[in-house]
Amino acid sequence: MWSHIKTTWLVFLHLFKRNETVQYPEEMPYMAPRYRGRIILTRDPDGEERCVSCNLCAVACPVDCIALQKTSSEDGRWYPEFFRINFSRCILCGMCEEACPTYAIQLTPDFELAEYERPNMVYEKEHLLIDGVGKYPDYSFWRVAGKTIAGKGKGDARNELPPTEVHSLLP
Amino acid sequence: MPKIIIDNKEYEVADGDNLLQACLSRGIDLPYFCWHPAMGSVGACRQCAVVQYQDENDERGRIVMGCMTPVSEGLRISVDANNAVNFRASVIEWLMLNHPHDCPVCEEGGECHLQDMTVMTGHTSRRYTGKKRTFENQYLGPFINHEMNRCITCYRCVRYYKDYAGGTDLQALGSRNRMYFGRTEPGVLESEFSGNLVEVCPTGVFTNKPFSESYTRKWDLQSAPSVCMGCAVGCNTSPGERYGNLKRIQNRYNEDINSYFLCDRGRFGSGYVNSEKRIRNAGLRCEDGSFEIIDKTDALNRFAAIVKDNKLIGIGSPRASVESNYALRALVGEANYCAGFSDAEAPLVDLAIDLSQGHGKRAPTLKRVEAADAVLLLGEDVSNTAPRLALSLRQTSRNVSKEMAGPASIPLWQDAGVRGHAQSALTPVYSASVLPTRLEDICTDSICTTPERIAYLGNCITQLIEGKSVELDEADMAFVNGAAQALKSASNPLVVSGTSLLNEAVLHAAAQITEALKALAQEPDLLLCFAEVNSVGAGLITGALSMHSALKKLTDGSVDTAIVLENDLYRRAESEKVAAALSAASQVVGLDVVENATLEQATLVLPAASFAETEGCCINYEGRAQQFYQVYEPQGDIMAAWAWVAGISKESTETDVREKLISDCAIELPCLSRLTHLNRMAGQSGRTAAKIPRQTHRFSGRTAMNANVSVHEPRTSEDVNSPFSFSMEGDSAAQPGDLAPYVWAPGWNSNQSVTQYQEHAGGALRGAADAVFVSHAASTTTLEKTGPIFGKASGKVREGGAGLCLVPVYCVFGSDELSAHTSEMQARAGRARISLNPQDAKALHVKTGDGLYCSTGEITPGQSYEVLVSASMQQGFVGLVQGAAYLPAGAWVSFVRDENWARQPEVIARG
Ligand code: SF4
Ligand code: SF4
Ligand code: SF4
Ligand code: SF4
Ligand code: FES
Repeated sequence: MWSHIKTTWLVFLHLFKRNETVQYPEEMPYMAPRYRGRIILTRDPDGEERCVSCNLCAVACPVDCIALQKTSSEDGRWYPEFFRINFSRCILCGMCEEACPTYAIQLTPDFELAEYERPNMVYEKEHLLIDGVGKYPDYSFWRVAGKTIAGKGKGDARNELPPTEVHSLLP
Repeated sequence: MPKIIIDNKEYEVADGDNLLQACLSRGIDLPYFCWHPAMGSVGACRQCAVVQYQDENDERGRIVMGCMTPVSEGLRISVDANNAVNFRASVIEWLMLNHPHDCPVCEEGGECHLQDMTVMTGHTSRRYTGKKRTFENQYLGPFINHEMNRCITCYRCVRYYKDYAGGTDLQALGSRNRMYFGRTEPGVLESEFSGNLVEVCPTGVFTNKPFSESYTRKWDLQSAPSVCMGCAVGCNTSPGERYGNLKRIQNRYNEDINSYFLCDRGRFGSGYVNSEKRIRNAGLRCEDGSFEIIDKTDALNRFAAIVKDNKLIGIGSPRASVESNYALRALVGEANYCAGFSDAEAPLVDLAIDLSQGHGKRAPTLKRVEAADAVLLLGEDVSNTAPRLALSLRQTSRNVSKEMAGPASIPLWQDAGVRGHAQSALTPVYSASVLPTRLEDICTDSICTTPERIAYLGNCITQLIEGKSVELDEADMAFVNGAAQALKSASNPLVVSGTSLLNEAVLHAAAQITEALKALAQEPDLLLCFAEVNSVGAGLITGALSMHSALKKLTDGSVDTAIVLENDLYRRAESEKVAAALSAASQVVGLDVVENATLEQATLVLPAASFAETEGCCINYEGRAQQFYQVYEPQGDIMAAWAWVAGISKESTETDVREKLISDCAIELPCLSRLTHLNRMAGQSGRTAAKIPRQTHRFSGRTAMNANVSVHEPRTSEDVNSPFSFSMEGDSAAQPGDLAPYVWAPGWNSNQSVTQYQEHAGGALRGAADAVFVSHAASTTTLEKTGPIFGKASGKVREGGAGLCLVPVYCVFGSDELSAHTSEMQARAGRARISLNPQDAKALHVKTGDGLYCSTGEITPGQSYEVLVSASMQQGFVGLVQGAAYLPAGAWVSFVRDENWARQPEVIARG
């Protein structure tokens, strides 16, 4: 009896609280920039694909919903030949973003992932890759990595000395 | 077995071990880089530091290198002591100072020994803020990528390449922290064992180039234990697949055969499986040569109708599995079955099987080869016909240095010590061959001559061993005498020969020598090489027809249908005869993996599975039956050849066809009766009840890899017939080491984890089953001893032809049929080559690099060859690299200079 009265009282008090419900979709809720929603692939500051197809996101994914295949371009960059995320499996945990060494894969505040057909939840690279840098405006993996790409030879990466003169036998 | 105390716990360790080996053998993780179980220690990396104490009261101890310190009774050490732990952490930190920020784009990532050791020592964050040293890379050919920035200067690569494999074109160059591991100038790595650098280098400096093209991480590969299809050595491999493509071949440890190393044919020669030339659907070959695809059921029905309505012959193949060959023989009957060898090769295979199985002693394993104390190579160019054997023979040649190390109290793992002490002393190796072999540098004496003369000299050696005398010119005498004395004074002499010269007298001579040595109460070994992966198996599954009688039956119309199993007949008989026979036949059913000339004339083509897509067994040169397991399920209508053949003759489901075939085969052919012991199912001999997963526990992308086709994840196929599952589920840990599809152990992601599968670091695999060998009745060959030097080999040349007499020579890249379809192999093989004596070359007005075409003779005229002038080639003879076409040994051929031939730039550069 006492508990009934208490509960009713609590509900009554709520009448005087501010309304949490918004008139979605007319009124959009506020989403923090680091909200974990739909996943994108970003580009580096030079406008090139950031993903180097290292497969770390795929192996970190607890539901195994990322699959990709490495290939490389003429200039020596590694990039994914295909990159697929099955959003009908994805639990938006953000593990892939944590694992990504290049900031390529990022979760966005877009949570509106609803389709009538499940196959439409399967996103290929063309659906994932955006034209911007996302949350990390400055980072470019290829400027740090030692591997050569066109326009960046040995010694040109961050903190590198020019290539060693191996013929020298001086002490 | 001495007892040592490691961190206050007593362990029994193997006598003669070093501390590192002892720790690893007892399951204690001690980081290391430069030590390698097959190559011993040099103490270069300083990573394996432990603290050694003087006695029980010593509290401080001193740091020693585990790999350089022998175990001794009562020795007290600590792996966990603070100063050892800190020392190892600093070493890693130093090694990482210059390391590039490469892991995401490094082919070694995820199976990198350096990553493992970095984690093991706990070095997690970079303190050094200075600049990194860099290097330019080199082009090293079609097999190997070079990325020198990743080097940690452990010296493993040069120790392997130069000291172990005898290569001359990879060096440690430069000095201090400029050490550079590469060639003096960019270029193709010459050694046919270069691929092992990929596995030997603990970092990503040397990586597998074709694999890198469409790279997959180790954790994403699906694997199963397999066997190399490159030659009759039967090295054990672990192929990896992803997205329906065979991605790479890695070594799979087998103590008795390949241990840690493969040859480049084995490692890089499987690209044909994914190639454009692959046959993926059944089809009818139309009149105009086009290929009309039909579905599987239709194909099976047509095949069944052909078999029912026609008079058949079946032609098997030495490159097809025992199951496939037997299934075909069962279908057509022994009387209508041909084993698929050329007529020159078939009797030699029979003879070689008889000699190496029937004389009371099986051919030696490669491990035993490495223990021999004198070797005679008679006629066989093993570097090109049984490459892995050549690598073993290099180790054999070092036995004397190991013997010398004993009295000097140098432990055998003390690699630099053993080598330094022995200087240039080598175990006697004598070689008689047609052309100089790649083992010349380890040969005490070698001689190049014709096959007949090789047999003759072999018989002279027998005479000398038996204490008789022979008369020869000086050079021959020195060789023959040296070889005879070396073999006589050895306790485990080894004679190596084989079928490659297609010369019976050579095989006889090799057997005679072995018999003569036996009479001296020694333990001689006779090792006979065979050409193809299942030559021995195909030789044991006998058929009544020879190649020519089979072709003749088709030509004269006494049968109207041929079923050709994984065999390109144009490699086995004269092209006119094959062409005539195949066009005379009303039906030709061809089963094969890739397109070839025979299939172009087939009326019904059935797509056969490659070794990676099915299971089966092959029998190696020793008579060892080995099973290769299915790595992945084939696409399209591809099906195992045995399944196509047996599927129509037996009323059974596909799954038990193979078992039935093996048991029938075991009953019908007593020599193969033990094959039923091959497949170890769950719950049997050392197996737990669980399946062994083909996929790693970190396999990724399961719910996405097929999502473009269907979002409903397919059910994993069940594999009731093998010990493996097509998934991540099962039990990998408690399974026998010889059934491991891939190697992995906690903390050990790289291939160095194989140590965790061994009973003793560098020893036998835990739980491995006994090898299965074919049984053979007593020999039926009588080794004749008549005439001045045993009648048969008179030492004379075959007489009576015009032009030059053809001798077969081989090339590790290109002579094997299937691997030759791989583009990297073709790049290494270059153009079809012909070796000529300088005199003959002069007469034909050609020099090295020019072209010659065959004008008339017993081989197909018209084909052009690149000339290689060699003073070792006997005058009047020509060495032709065996490959695409049928080139009968002993044939007479005339050549004309090819005026349209374009000399290759590198030949011109060499002058
Ligand atoms: S972790 Fe990042 S770089 Fe690596 S494959 Fe995934 S998205 Fe690409
Ligand atoms: S060698 Fe190993 S540690 Fe170095 S970049 Fe490659 S994966 Fe990373
Ligand atoms: S290249 Fe590899 S094997 Fe050679 S020294 Fe460097 S790290 Fe060691
Ligand atoms: S030696 Fe023969 S079996 Fe071994 S890897 Fe080479 S080709 Fe394969
Ligand atoms: S493994 Fe002992 S010093 Fe390198």
